[in-house]
Amino acid sequence: MQLDDTDRRVLRHYLAEPALARADLAERAGVTAATLWRRLERLRDAGLIRAERARVDWRRLGYEVEVSLRFTLDKTDPRAFDDFIAAAREVPEVVAIETFLGRVDVRLNVIARDMGHYQEVYRQRILGLPHIAEVDALMLIATIKDAEALPL
Amino acid sequence: MIDLDDVDRAILRALALEAGVSAGELGRRFGISQPAAWRRVRRLEEAGVLAGVQVDVDRAALGFGVTVFLGVKLATKGRVSLEDFERAVTAIPEVQVVQHVLGLFDYRLRVVARDIADFERVLRRRIMTLPGVGNVEANVLLTEERRPGPLG
Repeated sequence: MQLDDTDRRVLRHYLAEPALARADLAERAGVTAATLWRRLERLRDAGLIRAERARVDWRRLGYEVEVSLRFTLDKTDPRAFDDFIAAAREVPEVVAIETFLGRVDVRLNVIARDMGHYQEVYRQRILGLPHIAEVDALMLIATIKDAEALPL
Repeated sequence: MIDLDDVDRAILRALALEAGVSAGELGRRFGISQPAAWRRVRRLEEAGVLAGVQVDVDRAALGFGVTVFLGVKLATKGRVSLEDFERAVTAIPEVQVVQHVLGLFDYRLRVVARDIADFERVLRRRIMTLPGVGNVEANVLLTEERRPGPLG
């Protein structure tokens, strides 16, 4: 699908504030409500907009600790990635799984209620995952920016 | 902190997959009335557990074929340099996520680019010129998967 300037403008405003009322969004993008609706519908039909998901704030549910665990896997076993990811999916405290090209092979976002709980999850669930060669941890202190916006 | 029962958890799981599910539909799925479902969603919003909407777009189809996670170590520290760095880095349109972390790096950034050449331009002109920036490690994102987390 070829994007024109109107599509890009609609997308830019929509991605910046997706929960905004459609009428306000249309005004910001400088189009009528009908045009906005039609453009977004077309982007959805073309699969460019896949889904709108609710953001869950885990802190509000008592999960105070968030750690980004970065793994290098033992790639001598061709099943290393598949095995590792399948096992990581079984750990409820894992909220995101990402794979990379670079020094890091896989990253897991892990949440825990407190440091005691984190230690338990790390020692009992994470270190037991298969094919780990190396692991390092980045503990989240603060999220300064978290946006889906694209420089369209 | 808010207490959740099984129905609340089921509602959160459903909305985390598709934010637009109506109260009527939630009620039908989980065996409660539409007003009861609506009240539960309201309560989750008011408690801040439902924290807005995240749009899942096909970045590659929109012309952003490359997503890179950067680990950034600051060369100089102290409160002032953190604030300078944060102000400058959040203003870069290609930087979607900025997290202050504790560990091997001081910051985690998610950067989008049109292709590897475009990423190199962003890295050289925008990232490496940030105030206080020291060591930078780049990992190119291959796949990402969000998990439902500890919602039962």
